[in-house]
Amino acid sequence: MKIPYPIFLKRTEDTPRWLPTVTSVGAVLLAFVISGIILAATGANPFQVYAYFYRASFGSWGAFSDVMVKAIPLILIGLGCALAFRMRLWNIGAEGQFFVGAFLASAVVMVPLVNLDTTPRWAIIALMMLLGMIGGALYGFIPGFLKARLHINEVIITLMLNYVAVLWNNYWIFGKWSEAGFQMTKTFPRNAWLPRLADYAAEIPAFSGLTLHAGIIFGLIAAVIIYLIVYRSKWGYKITLIGDNPRAARYAGIDIARNTILVFMVSGALAGLAGMTEVSGTVHRLQERISTSYGFSGVIVAWLAKLNPFAVIIVSILFGALLVASREIQPSGISFLIQGITLFLVISSDVLLRYEIKWVRPAQETAQ
Amino acid sequence: MNWIEIFRSGISTGTVLLIAAIGEILTERSGIQNLGVEGMMLVGAMAGFKIAYQTGNVWLGLLAAIAAGGLLSLAHAVVTIHFQADQTVSGLSLTFLGTGLALVLGEGLTGQVAPIIPRASVPLLSQIPYLGQVVFSDHNLLVYFGYLLVPITWYYINKTRPGLHLRAVGENPAAADTLGVNIYRTRYLYTFVGGCFAGLAGAAISVAIAPGWYSNLTVNGQGWIAVALVIFAHWNPWRAALGGYLFGVLRRFTLDLQGPRMLFGLANPFFFNTNLVFFLQMTPYLLTIIALVWGSSAARKKRIGSPAALGTAYQRGERGR
Repeated sequence: MKIPYPIFLKRTEDTPRWLPTVTSVGAVLLAFVISGIILAATGANPFQVYAYFYRASFGSWGAFSDVMVKAIPLILIGLGCALAFRMRLWNIGAEGQFFVGAFLASAVVMVPLVNLDTTPRWAIIALMMLLGMIGGALYGFIPGFLKARLHINEVIITLMLNYVAVLWNNYWIFGKWSEAGFQMTKTFPRNAWLPRLADYAAEIPAFSGLTLHAGIIFGLIAAVIIYLIVYRSKWGYKITLIGDNPRAARYAGIDIARNTILVFMVSGALAGLAGMTEVSGTVHRLQERISTSYGFSGVIVAWLAKLNPFAVIIVSILFGALLVASREIQPSGISFLIQGITLFLVISSDVLLRYEIKWVRPAQETAQ
Repeated sequence: MNWIEIFRSGISTGTVLLIAAIGEILTERSGIQNLGVEGMMLVGAMAGFKIAYQTGNVWLGLLAAIAAGGLLSLAHAVVTIHFQADQTVSGLSLTFLGTGLALVLGEGLTGQVAPIIPRASVPLLSQIPYLGQVVFSDHNLLVYFGYLLVPITWYYINKTRPGLHLRAVGENPAAADTLGVNIYRTRYLYTFVGGCFAGLAGAAISVAIAPGWYSNLTVNGQGWIAVALVIFAHWNPWRAALGGYLFGVLRRFTLDLQGPRMLFGLANPFFFNTNLVFFLQMTPYLLTIIALVWGSSAARKKRIGSPAALGTAYQRGERGR
């Protein structure tokens, strides 16, 4: 049996600038088509499902505000992943770093670390942000250290740490911090809430009921910072060099181990900040289901955005819409399905960027 | 605490990890790393349970699970072998895809009852005191399949001609190519075989060891543990078996720890504070990390490495990276 492989790939250096965008958009569209076919096969009407998706996510300002709320953690996590992936560090542990960040941020209120009645709101929020980032960074340090010093596969370590972080949070919300036996903490006092658009409804009536919170500003600032690091700083150049050609980087005297740990910690800090925005800006308490696997969606977001910080924002909004729309829809796995197919198509389409594809007939090959 | 029961059920649950890990060993020996085991196991668990439920025949269910795992792995094969995409990212997307497919196609299966794999005892051997009870009596048939699988795969990889080709493709594809081994075909084949095993491992959960479909909690991270086990096992089926059974035993042990009021003459903290159970539930994941740290440092001392070409795409006529 001979498996024919008449495709011949020729490495190409000059990729047109518009091609990455086209392939990404094409991958998303094709993913919707394929998922539609699978939906139809299970007996659902894909057109109705997608029409529902659209209404539930972009149908009104309220819905769109919900989409943006979902997009905030995706932006922060996606940026962290984009930075780590640039160095070919597979941080799949954003989920765990998110939970540890949310935990430490909640500790400010639940322990409490400061007097919640007398401390000004900005100081409480700043402390929560700081602790959230520290929590994520420390949790990112573990796989970074193991990778740098012992060359242990970071994918598996980060995944295992995800489970550990969720169980750690469960210990607190089922036990010490549980409110009246429910699997959640008490609602945080207003002092610990990130400001929301709805808070300004008295001045601007159009904002009433809109849940979008200040976390979006963190996301935008983080995107600018990551952009400056990656494209405008010496450190960013080192990161890219290590990712593209570790051997050359070593000859150039770059400390790969140190940068591995650092990048992992920055990536973790962003995920931890995402956890903080979720407890302080969205749910206002620590509870079991604060993440609808943001950590994994962040991976796809980063890849779909081709690791470009500003594209991360746009892709996050799209994925936020997918998450909002799939909250109530059955079957529940449909958003996973679309995400998985999208990622597959994106990585498959990458071949178009690196290679020119030529079809070679077997006869031709033997004639050579 | 009933130690015989702990070891018995440890071997039974360990079989799941064993089957998945051996599949992944075969895949990785050919130079392809497939991190999508979790997704393939979920699809296998769903397909196995669904077909067993619909047809009333558990063997058809197993076949469906094997086919489903294998088919899903082909997506990884095409993308990494032909399109030369990054194997880590492709494996991850396979997990997403598998999870999504399993949840969508497994809709409505929760709470249903399907036929399960029959149990059997080995005559004579099951009469051996202790050992017979633990290893040879009243296990489902897949457990015995696991016993056979380990020596067979070891022999196949190390002592047969196709096994030699497999190792050559994983260690030095360019050299294997010059000797006339078809790299693409070999890699497709073993990626597919690994997927079949992962699908079977998933069905081993849903129609044998913990019957039923509990959406993505059915597999609950065991696919990832299996991938870690491969590294811990240094790509050796015997060590994979040891690790798999050890994990199974520890898993059951931590479950049983919650039962008694007294433990080693002291008040059992897990009985009186049920929230401490969350720390017990962490143990498989923490153990995986410890096993990896231990396994990789031991491997460095003995100079055992991963297959040299693991994770790199092969392109004829292009210099290796």
